[in-house]
Order: sequence, then structure tokens, then C-alpha cells
Amino acid sequence: MTLQDYHVSRTSRAARVAAVLGGLVLVLLIAAPWWAGRADMRLMGELFLYLALASLWNLMAGYAGLVSVGQQAYVGFGGYMLFALTMFAGLHPIAAIALAGILGALASIPVAVLIFRLRGAYFAIGTWVIAEVFRLGFAQVTALGGGSGSSLPVAIVKSLASKRAMRESLSYWLALGAAVLVVAAVYLFLRSRQGLALTAIRDNELAAGSLGIDIWRTKFIVYVVTSAFTAMIGALIFLQKLRISPDAAFSVNDWTAFVIFIVVIGGIGTIEGPIIGTLVFFALRETLADLGTIYLIVLGVVAIVVMLKAPKGIWGLIRSRFDLQLFPLGYRVIAPSSNSAPAQNKGT
Amino acid sequence: MPEPILQMQGLDAHYGDFQALYGVDMHVEQGEVLSIIGANGAGKTTLMRSITGLLTNGPGQVRYRDHDISQLRADEIAVHGLAMVPEGRQLFPSLSVRENLMIGAQVGRSGPWDLQAVYKLFPILEERKDQASTSLSGGQQQMVAIGRALMANPDLILFDEISLGLAPIIIRDIYKALPGIIGTGMSAIIVEQDISKALSVSARVYCLQEGRVSLEGASDTVSRDDISRAYFGIE
Amino acid sequence: MDWVNALVQGMLLGGLYALFAAGLSLIFGVMRLVNIAHGDLIILAAYLGLTVTTATGLHPLAALVIVVPTMALIGYALQRGLLNQTLGDDLLPPLLVTFGLSVILQNGLLEIYTADPQKINAGALETASIAVGGLQLGVLPVLTFAVAVAVIWGLQWTFYHTSLGRAFRAVSDNQDIAQLMGLNRRHIFGLAMALALGVTAIGGILLGIRTSFDPSIGGGRLIFGFEAVIIGGLGNLWGTLAGGVILGVAQTIGAKIDPGWQVLSGHLAFLLILAIRPNGLFPRISA
Repeated sequence: MTLQDYHVSRTSRAARVAAVLGGLVLVLLIAAPWWAGRADMRLMGELFLYLALASLWNLMAGYAGLVSVGQQAYVGFGGYMLFALTMFAGLHPIAAIALAGILGALASIPVAVLIFRLRGAYFAIGTWVIAEVFRLGFAQVTALGGGSGSSLPVAIVKSLASKRAMRESLSYWLALGAAVLVVAAVYLFLRSRQGLALTAIRDNELAAGSLGIDIWRTKFIVYVVTSAFTAMIGALIFLQKLRISPDAAFSVNDWTAFVIFIVVIGGIGTIEGPIIGTLVFFALRETLADLGTIYLIVLGVVAIVVMLKAPKGIWGLIRSRFDLQLFPLGYRVIAPSSNSAPAQNKGT
Repeated sequence: MPEPILQMQGLDAHYGDFQALYGVDMHVEQGEVLSIIGANGAGKTTLMRSITGLLTNGPGQVRYRDHDISQLRADEIAVHGLAMVPEGRQLFPSLSVRENLMIGAQVGRSGPWDLQAVYKLFPILEERKDQASTSLSGGQQQMVAIGRALMANPDLILFDEISLGLAPIIIRDIYKALPGIIGTGMSAIIVEQDISKALSVSARVYCLQEGRVSLEGASDTVSRDDISRAYFGIE
Repeated sequence: MDWVNALVQGMLLGGLYALFAAGLSLIFGVMRLVNIAHGDLIILAAYLGLTVTTATGLHPLAALVIVVPTMALIGYALQRGLLNQTLGDDLLPPLLVTFGLSVILQNGLLEIYTADPQKINAGALETASIAVGGLQLGVLPVLTFAVAVAVIWGLQWTFYHTSLGRAFRAVSDNQDIAQLMGLNRRHIFGLAMALALGVTAIGGILLGIRTSFDPSIGGGRLIFGFEAVIIGGLGNLWGTLAGGVILGVAQTIGAKIDPGWQVLSGHLAFLLILAIRPNGLFPRISA
């Protein structure tokens, strides 16, 4: 066999099968309002929003090395922007969600300039301080209900759609759309030049720097874009909840702890990880939630065990056993003898 | 024939997937000074890391006196009386000269070496004892590194590239002091790039090439040709 | 006079924050570990203090004799049993494991002690005050500050004048070479965490006497300690005390302007210092 017999490919049979199956599942999910009950749709909507949050956090921590424990800053910010823009500026809720994303990006710029001065774990705690500043700041705004918060006026809720069933379907579709948009955006971003630069930085910051990759700028872009999306997801979350308060909007447990557990359990630094993690998280929650605090303790223990024993999470275990990649990022050399057994797999 | 103090049998060493040593057989006799030479990347430093326990090896591959030390941690091995002067000196920058020496005595072995004995060997260190170790010249730092190893009162002392990065006159001084140090009944392994220096102080020599022993012999009988063959692998 | 009073009260409050920060600073200095569960461990110490005082009737300060060694033991076990496995070049494992630990501790405390706010009863100590130059100073805050100064002096002395401190510095400088000198870094790290949590125990009990606490407030205490460390400059224990004082003063001055601004103005002071002096006011090592 000569060198010409080998070819380099990005895709694989597993990825093509996954794409077809994914398309079918997506059609099925879009049709959910016609086959699912109200409670199920609510649950699935929540699941999609968590999937979006987890994918975004994974992009930051798993690829850009920006471990934040303060993403609740942008969830809450987005939620509050939805309320402020619809109540005081008279915007349509969907326009408000889009604008919340832009405002989130703008807010994140000075924040990034400041907290990028902190390294590693201190960066993490710095992001938490920022979230606290946001929480305490919004608690001072009396027009938004101060510390006790406020509800979205009925007129605004009705402007989304006059019938309740239609509103519920719409907010379900928005959540589904957000999840698909975020996962697709993360995937396409990681395939782009910028994304490859990011992977290079993660693998070796020193070497990437010497190759002329502007590390600060790349991380900065990731932080700002992630913040914008997170703010939009936040707006969607509180469009579902219809009520906002500083403690709920900036909850470190709800918007960061759970998200981190999802990513760690599913597999950090992989696109598939957050998807699996979200499914596992919701499965655990639906079966163990009655246990209350015990459930959270179990979740913490599981996350620690996974981090120590299987740092690439459930997806890492699956991938190492079956050499699967559903969202192909890296290029692989395919030997001529078979399509499925790569001669060399430089994984990403 | 005296019992070997250190014996390596079929020693393999790996860094992840990369194998750095292949079945190395080697021994050091009681009171003997041994030198190990070899080009960059031949596996000298890996060998040092294996002996001192910074790298773990397969069972039975490294024996020290009656102990199988191949799977012990470095700090457990140090207690048995094995000390090293590491390549590049590697003093503790946040410790003073005196503290660097004191930390060598941490293993708690008794013997002839204490602060006074080290100061007597290297009087300049007593003058500089409260200075930060980083403020010393390269040669003085090397003295601290040697003193630090001696403070452990070892039975076997390893010198890893002690002439690296030092001025020739300093290297000469240090090598002049070596016999006096080792003369107190210790065994020693000297790893060197400077072959003639290594041969001048040692009784026996091993040469490593690409992770394997390529030459073994008495330091005063091995020929230049043998060495260059063993060193570069050129026939 | 009101402002002078706020200033002095803030300084004294800074002593408590320095106690929160000292343990954080110590373990970062020795093993470059940032413990996200640090705040929850402070609260754990407060609850242990509560349990000991209610079970034995001891005065909370006497309870330190039990709580400090207990926390030190917990620290040693935690480091050797769990945290040592996370150390290495990768930043994620220590961060995520201590984050998981934080959630476990918080919910564990919630399970045992419920969410009801608790307080450690210290009798007359809580209300006693002394008059100094026209100011009424509470004995407890003054005592807290004095303890903070003593603890930081003690840590500093341990670090620079004992063989344990020498071992801490050696392991922090170069783990491999320290191992060659017969120092077992796992044990040394365990001792560092034991010492850090011993200090944390003092901070936790003084917090519990001063204000009411519940299992959810650990994160906030972590942040105060962290802010004090960064304001003071990494690796400088006296700087940490100064950082605590600056944070405390910012908070009391903020509260003087508007009670709702107490914590927020502390955070803003921290961000301001981060903006103008990213390495803190008295840096010793770079992060």
C-alpha cells in the first residue's frame, strides 16, 4: 500500500449516522407540541436551556481554559434585561431577548478586561465576585422590585401569543432553538480557524503563543461571545419563569453548580459531553429530586469521582472504548484497507 | 569481591509511551566511584531519576543494599542513605544558604557531615550563610548543592552534571575537592559530559547510548576509541 | 466622629477577614491550590463550635481547644485522602473537586443543622465594650483583630523560623528536589492543610459569635477571604491582613452611606484595586 492510498478525512461513518439520527430526533422534538403533554414540554424546555448553558460553559472551561464559577452573572443579567426592556422600553419579548444578548456582550467587555488579570483558579473566584456585584447591584434597583424582585406583567406575557397553549409551544420552540443554535455555533466555532487556535492554546499555551496565536484576544472573544449567548439563555429562562428576583437570577447553585456538574459528568472538552451530561442530570433529578439535599450531595460526589477517575467524563469513556466522534473536529488519516479503522487518530 | 551497594538489573524506564531505558544492568560497589557518560538524550538523567525514585520502575529492577527500592518514593529512598546533587543545582530559591543546607539534614541520618563540616569544606558558604541562595555565583551555588547532599550523610551520592554551566576554573576547584569528599567511605556515581574529568576521578565507567549500556570498563584502561564508539555509536 | 467610628470598626472587621484569608493564602503559597470549599469549611467550623458549646457548655473560646484540632485533622485527612490526587499541572481537577466538595459540605450542613440561622452564644463577651478616645469599641471585634494579628505573626514565624516552615517553602519551590531531601510532599501538603484549617476554625468560631450563620453563607466568606488575599498581594501574609482591613473599611464606610451597600462597596473596592494594582498592594510572588 502506498501513501496515496491513505486519505485524510474529517468525517466518519459514525458521524454521518449521528447526523441522520440527530436530524430525525430534531424533527420529532419540533413536533413535540402535538405529541407531548404540558409538563413534559416544560421539562424539555428546561432541559434545552440547561444544554445550552452547559455547552457554553464547556466552550469556556473545556476549550478556552476559562473556568468560571460566575456565569450566573449573565444568566441573571439577561433575565433582568428581558424584564427591563419589555416593561420600560416596551419591546416585544423576542426583540428583548436578542437585545439582552447584545447588552450582555457589552457588559462582559469591561468585566473581561478586569478579571483577565487573574490567573487560573483566582480567575474563577473573580468571576464569582462579578456575579455578586451584579446581584447586589440589581437588588438596589427599586424599579425592578429591589431585593424581592418582580413579575412579568400579564400584558407583556400576552404579547407573545394570546392563547396559553400557543405561548407554551412558542417558549418550548425558543428553548429548543436556543439549544440547537448554541450547540451548532460551538461546533462551527471549534471547526473554524479561531477554534483550532483555541484547541492549540488548551493543549499548550506556551507553544501556541510562540506560533503567533494571540492568546489574550482569542480568550477574550470566547468570553464575550459566551456571555452574550448566556444572557440570551437567561432571558429565555426568565421568560419561562415569568418572575425574577436577585437571589433566583444570580443563583450560583442553579446556573453554575448544576452546569458544571453536567459538563464534568458528561465529559469536559467534548461537544458530546454536555449533551450526555444534561440527559444524565435530568434523569437523576427526576428520579432523586425527592431526596432534596441528599440528591445534591450525591451529585457532588459523582462529579468528584468522575473528575478523579474519568476526567473526560462519560463521553470520554465511550469514546476511548469505541473510537467514536459524533461531532468530528479533528482530521484523521484513513487507511485504505478499511474505512472504519483509522491508522492514526489525532484526537481533539 | 565486595557486595554491590546499588544494583540495577534489566532496568526499563518510560515517560508515558516513550521508553528511555532498555534493560540496563549496572552496579556500584561499596566505596567505589563510578562514572556514567553518554551523549545528550542517552538516558543519563532518566537513570538518575530511576535510582532516586523520582521515576518508578518494575519490581526488582533497582536494589540498594538489601532493599528493592524500584517502587519506593524518592523521600523513602533518601532515608536509606542515597543523596543527589541534581543537574543545574536546583537550590530552593526561597531558602537561605544555611536553610538549603539544613534541609539536606532533614532525613535525620547521623554521620560526619553537619553544618560545621560543610562550612569547613566550603568556607565561603559560612560567610554567605544568611543570604538568599539565588544571590550566589554559579560555583558557590554548586557548593551549596554539594553541601546539601552531604548533610544527609549518605552512603551513596550521585553527582548529576556538576560541571554544567560553570567556568573551567571553578570546575577544576570542585573536582579538586571531590576526592576529599568521597574519601570518607562513601560510594559515588558521577554523571558527566566532560569525559576526561569523569575518568580522572572514577574507578569504573559506564557509557550509555540510546537508553542502553554501550560500554563498561575500568576508567584507566578504556581507550579513547572504545569511548567514542560507545558514545556516538560510530563503528 | 461617626466616620472615625466606621473606619475603626471596619479595621477591626478586617481582622476577621484576614483570618478567613490566611488559610487560603497559606495553601496557595505551599501547593498552589485554591480551595473553593474554603468558605464552607469556615461555616463547618462555626457549626462544630456551636455543637461543642451546646453539648459541653464550654465557652466558645474554650471550645477552640476542641474545634481547632478537629478541623486540623479534617484538613489533613481531606488533603491526603482527596486533594493530593488533584494536584498537577492541570487546573481543572483541583478547582472542580473543591467545587464539588463545597456543594457536598453545604448540603451536608443543611441536612444536619437545617437552614435556620444559628448563633454561638458567648455571653458577656458579645456585648462588652471599652471606651477608647471617645469611641465605644466592642471587646469581641478588638479581640478578633488581636487574634488575627497573633495568628498571622504565628504563621509568619512558623514559615520562616521552623523546620516545618522550611519544608513548606522547599516543597513550594521544587517538589521533586524536596522529595530527594526526604520530604514527603503528600505529608507536607497534609500538614499545610491542617494548619490552614486550624486557622479557619478560629475564624469560623469568631464569625459564629459575631453574627448568625446558616449553611448557605460559605461562598460569601470565601469571596471575602479571596478579596483580602488579592488586595494584599499573593504570598504575603501581612499583606493579607492589610487586604482584610481595606475590605472591612470599604464595607463599613459603604454601610454608613446606605446599609444595602455594605457588601457591594467591599466588592467595588476590590475591583478598583484589581484595576489599578493587578498584583495587589504588597505582592511577593506572581500567580
